[in-house]
This record gives sequence, C-alpha cells and structure tokens, in this order.
Amino acid sequence: MPGRIQSIERAVAVLRLLDTADQPLELHEIADTLGLARTTTHGIVTTLRELGLVGQIHDHGPLHGRYEVAEAARLFGRGGPDPHELRSLAMNWADSLAAQTGLAVTLGVPTRSDVLVVHHVFRPDGTPQQLAVGQRRPLHASALGKALLAFASSGVRRLQGTELTPYTKRTIRTHQELTDALAAVRQEGFATEDGELEPDRGAVAAPVQGPGGLAVAAVAAIGRRDELFDRRGQTQPDLVEPLRHTARALSREVRRLW
Amino acid sequence: MVKEQVVAAIDQGTTSTRCLLFNHAGRMVAVSQLEHRQHYPKPGWVEHDVMEIWRNVEKIVPAALREAGLTPDNLAALGIANQRETTVIWNRNTGRPLARAITWQDTRTEPLVEELAAAGKADLIRDICGMPPTTYFAGPRLRWLLDHIPGAREAAERGDVLFGTMESWLIWQLTGGPAGGSHVTDVTNASRTMLMDIRDLRWDERLLRVLDIPRAMLPEIRPNATVYGSCSTVVPGVPIGGALGDQHAALFGQTCFRPGEAKCTYGTGAFLLMNTGARLATSPHGLIPTIGYVVGNGPPVYALEGSIAVTGSLVQWFRDSLELIDTAPQIETLATSVSDNGGCYIVPAFSGLYAPRWHPDARGVVVGLTSYVTKGHLARAVLEATGWQTREVVDAMNADAPPGLALTRLKVDGGMTANHLLMQFVADVIDVPVERPFVMEAVSLGAAYAAGLAVGYWADLAVLRSNWHRAGLWEPKMDPNHRVVEHDNWNRAVERTYDWVRPT
Repeated sequence: MPGRIQSIERAVAVLRLLDTADQPLELHEIADTLGLARTTTHGIVTTLRELGLVGQIHDHGPLHGRYEVAEAARLFGRGGPDPHELRSLAMNWADSLAAQTGLAVTLGVPTRSDVLVVHHVFRPDGTPQQLAVGQRRPLHASALGKALLAFASSGVRRLQGTELTPYTKRTIRTHQELTDALAAVRQEGFATEDGELEPDRGAVAAPVQGPGGLAVAAVAAIGRRDELFDRRGQTQPDLVEPLRHTARALSREVRRLW
Repeated sequence: MVKEQVVAAIDQGTTSTRCLLFNHAGRMVAVSQLEHRQHYPKPGWVEHDVMEIWRNVEKIVPAALREAGLTPDNLAALGIANQRETTVIWNRNTGRPLARAITWQDTRTEPLVEELAAAGKADLIRDICGMPPTTYFAGPRLRWLLDHIPGAREAAERGDVLFGTMESWLIWQLTGGPAGGSHVTDVTNASRTMLMDIRDLRWDERLLRVLDIPRAMLPEIRPNATVYGSCSTVVPGVPIGGALGDQHAALFGQTCFRPGEAKCTYGTGAFLLMNTGARLATSPHGLIPTIGYVVGNGPPVYALEGSIAVTGSLVQWFRDSLELIDTAPQIETLATSVSDNGGCYIVPAFSGLYAPRWHPDARGVVVGLTSYVTKGHLARAVLEATGWQTREVVDAMNADAPPGLALTRLKVDGGMTANHLLMQFVADVIDVPVERPFVMEAVSLGAAYAAGLAVGYWADLAVLRSNWHRAGLWEPKMDPNHRVVEHDNWNRAVERTYDWVRPT
C-alpha cells in the first residue's frame, strides 16, 4: 500500500482546525497548534485560499489577516474518530500504562465546551474506585483539557470571553496565564494539572494526534500530586516517557484507522 | 546481571495462533500472531491444516522473543491453551497428519451422535463423562476419521496412528515428533472428548467400546500444571509446563481458584465457567459439568460451563448483514444515541436455542417493532440480548451449582469488555458486580500461569491471585422493578422464537 501523502494530511488538518475554531486564526496559531513550520503552514494556507477552501479576512478590523474556513470546505470539520472505536483500540495501551506507572489512566475527547472522558482504567492497587467514563473535564483546569487546547484547537481563543471557573486555589484564572501555559504544553509535548481541579490530585496528559498532527484525544495518568510531581513541581521523569510512548502508539493506531 | 526470565504461552485458537510472553507480575511483554486458513469442504464441515498451524508455531515463538529482545535462555517455561475439541490423527513414524483436523465448529458427526442416542447410550455416556452426546465433542470426530480415512483404523490398532486434540499435536511436535515426541494430553482437553471418566480422569473402556476407538492411539492424560517434557526444537531445552483448553485456561488466568468464583469470556460467542471446587455438579438445566483444572498431583477442581452461541457475532451481523454500523465499537455510539430499547427485543436464535432452553427448532426474532423504533433502539436490543443470555446462564448456574455456591461477582474478559454500555447492562441484569482485570488475555495468561507453576517460576496460587488487579468495575444500578419487567419482556420475546422450523 502506498503511504499517505503528508501534505494532503496536513491540509485536511488545517481545514479541520479552522472549522472547529470559534474565530478566525492567525498563521502562527495554526502553525503552533499543528506543530508545523510557519513557512510550511503559509504554503498550505495560501494554496487552500487560492483553491477557495480557506478565506482570509480583509476588513482592517481586529481580525484582519486571519484565516477562516470557506463555506465550501465546512464538511471537513465534522467529527473525529468514533469515541468507542478510540476506546477499543486504546484498551491494551491504557492498561499497560496504568500497570507500568501504578496510576489511573483516562482517555478524553474534545467537545465544543469541555472534555468527555471515554475510557478509564483503575489504578492497579485494588483500592475502591469508580469508573469516570461519561464524565466531563473542564478545558482550562484539567490535564486532558490543556493537552487538547494546545494541540487541537485555537487554544485560549476558544475560551476567550468566557470566565475561567476557579476549582481550587491553583486553577488558572486569566487568559494570559492560560496562553502561557499552553505555549509551555506545546514546548514540552505534555500537559500537567497540579491540584488545579482537586486540591490534592493531579494528572499529566499527552495528545493523541491524528493525520496532520491534529489532536483527536488525549491520554492522562492520574494520581496524588506527590506521585506525579517533585517538590519543585517538575513532572516525575519516569512518568513522562511511558506517557509519551503510549500517546505515540495511540497516535499511530488512530492514523491507521482514521 | 540476573537474566530476565519470562514465560511463553501459545494460544492455538480457531482463526490464529499467537505467542505471548508474560513477566513475573503477569504483565504481557510481547505478542506475535499468525492466522491460518479455514477449509470448508462441504456445508457444515470446517477443517484446519495442522501442518500449517505447526509451521506457524515455529515462527511465532521466535518472533515474540525477538520483539521482546529476548532469547530462548530467557524462557522459564512454555504453556499451551487451545481451541477445544478439534481432532487430529497423525502417523507417528512420519509426523504427517492423515487428514486435516476436524474443528469444533464442524457438525458432520450429527448422524453418529443421533445413532448413539437411538441406541440408548446417552445415559451411560452422561454418567461417565458428565455430558450427553453432542456434536461438540472430539470422540465422535475421531470415530468419523477412523471410519472414513482409508487404513486409519488398522494403523491405529497397530499403534502407528495417534490421536490428539491441538495441544497433543503441538506438544508431540515440540518434544521431538517422530524422534520420541511425548504423546500426552491434559485433563481439561481430555474431558471434552467424551471418552474420559470425569471422576477418575482416565480413558474409560466402556466409552471406548461404545465409540469403537482403539486404546493404542490415545495420549496419556496428564494434569494441567506439570512438566510434559522439554522442547527439542523451536526453543530447545525449554520445559513445557502447562496445557489447558482455552476456556479452562481463562478460568485459571482470571484466578477463579475458589468455589463460586466465575468468569465469562465475551467473543463471537461467550463462555461462562464457575469453579465448583471438589464437587462435580450435575446440571438439570443443561449446563456442562467439566474439569476446571488440575495442578500437579492435586485433586481435580471441577467447574460448570454455560455457553452462549451468539454474542459478538450478533454485533457482526448488525455490522455486515444489516450494515447499520461500520465497525463493531460503533454499536455503543449508536446505542447511546437513545436512552432505552424503545420496546424492541432481538433474540438471536440463529441456529436454535441451546442451554438452558434447548429448542433447536427456534429461530431468531425482532419483536416490539413500532414506528417509534430507530436503529439506535435496535443497537440497544443487540447489546441487551447478550446481557439477558448471560442472565439465563447465571440463573441456571445458581440453580445447578452445589449447595452454598452462588455467583456473587463476575470476572469478564474478551473483546466485548471494551463496551461499557454492555458491561453495565450485564451487571444490571445479573445483579452482581462485573469486573475486568488488567490483562484482557486471560486465556494466554492461564496457560502461562500453569506452565510457570509447574517449574516454580510462580510459587503457588496465592502469588497468581495477587497478580490479579481490577482495571474496571460495573456495579448493578438498575431499579429492581424495572429489571423484573424487562426480564419478563425478554422471556416473552424468547417464547416467540420457539418451533419456528417445521419438522420435515
């Protein structure tokens, strides 16, 4: 079987990103979210614009120069992989991550306003636990949410104008803080939640990236803060590698399926 | 540095053969798999080429070791779990099979089984081997081969032709084949031949006479966890320490070591086995009393088995024949698009109803259709059918299990455990918690556990039990009154399937 053509995958990812964004995006936002070089992104966006699939705002207003999806290309933005297919292909990997780290593992998919938990593996210590499948997680205050904001959508822009609900003393409260946090997430390749949703608990999440680098889900390891982070708030190194490994494996599976 | 030791399991299944490696914590560290061809020479006949399967074994074991970056020196032991009741005969001098294996799905022995019943042998057979004659079991297939393969019977009587189920065939090949291979079987596979006395665990002369099977061709019956011999090929020197039929292996892998503990493996069909301890149950409700497992020189641990013919295969039918979904997991998405079954029930009696109802003339129905019903309701009804069929087997099991034993939790494994809506529904209708372990590969894990126990890699059953960890749990949540109403609806739906096929 011939391999997929990368530039087409990337073009589709750009269209999906623009379609799911709440507002037109700047070139660098597209590039950063998909992890593409700006010149590459510029080439893709310009081609799509010339083909009539992407529009650029020329109103000399606050959105001047930004890109949006053209009406003709709207269908691209619909849907991601079926969440239950995702769970089905993630089961062995998620089980293995939980067994390896001794932590609970969840898998979340983005909705318009939050994260939906589609899979949950208990921490393997026999303690009483309840399945969180079907529950929601806030975008700005959870590791799953931040991983998805950083790699799937236009980041803070999606939350702009909305109030960032404080869940604990540590929850991110301002849009500037969130912008900075998401830049760090893109830099590191994973997102952290250090007592921001529940005071003593935390999580570390990495994106599951479909074709073109667009995140379609995120996978998180969950535990007590002291299990995840050292005293300086740095993520335990022996957690990061297995998490990244799992996210990469899931990304490979997703690209095969979708 | 201490050499890392792992245990290999060969899972010789219906469509493929796999090799999985497990470490001391019971975690899978590598897997390798090859599919084999299905041969359908006539309607109702399903055969496997056992040379193809043997060649696959020669490839997958080294492949699994390579994947883990290990060598045969790292193998503490090797165990085998296999499709049960699949029947092979081969020439001990050449190492070649006389015919393709007749698999467990094959129904060619129907006339032979009817003959046995007509000759009044059913009670004798049930009393000795614990189950009535049916086309399931290996003995009638062996008889068919002896009757139809030219020269087979004479050669078998001379001792030149050997019989075995798949584990026998593989152990014989692994331990040298024509050059002194061990001709053995394990007690669980032997219990599915219809030739073994389920109480003293020996071939029974009366049953051999009834089926006219030469004693000389039968393998020696051994416990499940014991050293059968050492490999002389593939992984030379590695001891073969375990062999079990696949469903018994899953019971062992799920560490159902105490009486009353039960597991259900959900695949295309489903198999529920409950440990009944030292007591062999009788089953007026048509379940199968069977051997759970035997460890070393210990006493046999018995089990009750109930099977459901159509579970995952109903989802496949929904996908491939009705084309209402593209992939099996999508059924959960479709089913969650509605909040209940909309009054619709599907009873998948595709080839009749078996335990505990026994209506071979039944055929499937979809009932309760109104203009309100959508494909989402149908998807629910598909999943609920697996839930209610599980309930029927659990009810029969609770009725037939020795006094004092009743199901209090159900351990599940197999592909359908990925479906949370289904697992919640199963918990709701059987009204006990349903739990999923970390290693979904319970069949392979069971074979590895037996092999590891035999060589002391794991000290005892308690160590294995401590390896079992819960990865998910579904507690019953359904309102009891609602459960009663829905159960009644299901029963009325099932009654509408009866006697559909007219006697010819």
